[in-house]
Amino acid sequence: MMRIGVLYSRVRPEEKLLFRELERRRADIELIDDRKVVLSFGGTSALEPAFDFDVVFDRSLSYSRALVHLRVLSDRGIPTVNRIEVALNCGDKVRTSSLLQAAGVPTPDTRVASTPQAALAAIEELGYPVVLKPAVGSWGRLIARVNDRDAAEAVLEHKSTLGSYQHSIFYLQRYVDKPERDIRAFVAGGETICAIYRQAPHWITNTARGARTANCPVTPELATLCRQAAEAVGGGLLAVDLVEDRDRGLLVLEVNHTMEFRNSIEPTGVDIPARMIDFVERVGAEGRKRPEGT
Amino acid sequence: MELATVTAHSECPECFDEIHLTAVMQNEIVQCSGCGVDLEVMELDPLTLELAPEEEEDWGE
Repeated sequence: MMRIGVLYSRVRPEEKLLFRELERRRADIELIDDRKVVLSFGGTSALEPAFDFDVVFDRSLSYSRALVHLRVLSDRGIPTVNRIEVALNCGDKVRTSSLLQAAGVPTPDTRVASTPQAALAAIEELGYPVVLKPAVGSWGRLIARVNDRDAAEAVLEHKSTLGSYQHSIFYLQRYVDKPERDIRAFVAGGETICAIYRQAPHWITNTARGARTANCPVTPELATLCRQAAEAVGGGLLAVDLVEDRDRGLLVLEVNHTMEFRNSIEPTGVDIPARMIDFVERVGAEGRKRPEGT
Repeated sequence: MELATVTAHSECPECFDEIHLTAVMQNEIVQCSGCGVDLEVMELDPLTLELAPEEEEDWGE
């Protein structure tokens, strides 16, 4: 029987749904609390999990913990969902933007600058309003819409004075005047399985910030774009966020590698946790087929 | 594999309201209906709740 490890930080509705699906399939699973994991190098530790898995499914909330564990699991030859490279590509917006551009996936007009002076020049070139985002961050946290030069100078000064070193890279996007909604599409192994509209009168249309959800039909255009975006970051189980630009059409904002989906099952009618576990099992089965050491 | 769960009454460590929880798991996050705070299930037997950790900067999707 396939042995599946699930790395988690806290049991949210998503994890409970995934655990229930694994239980329904009578899978051999071990739940690994990422707060308790000890890793050892150059010696052995009784505190380290056995890591005798065919596949490990990463559901860590903490990006830094996820990167550590995915790195070590990968180096020990254990397949993970998602792969370490995918987590790195999705967790850093600069990397995501660079990969999407290389793959020809349309995105909002974006600039990256390393100093407040260069950032201000980039903002003035983009034209107001501009959205300033942390290069590493999620749930709409610490993003700012900058409507004029006074606000730009203030936000840049605050970030450079109060921010941690991660905030020393300025990731700037032309504001997309979207129709009070954006799109989240779910991709499993190259297939766009469903999508939702996230609707909110506020410009941040994130369900973590209270946006309402409704089914978004998966058109051939949306399916193709999401597949291309997913492939650009390395593929796997991914949530692609898009906006509808009035002039340019669909643009990919970002790709998420540990997606939340609690508000998306009911409007889409798709059993998202089942589709996710299907994919995890597929990766585990593929891993088993590989000869030792590959 | 069968998931261990418990259905029981407990008390919110923040506002001391009684909370009834149904089929909760170890480390599950629940919300107190009295004060709205997020709580984490630390133990199933006896059912023990603690304030859930504050959101950290690297948390997300």
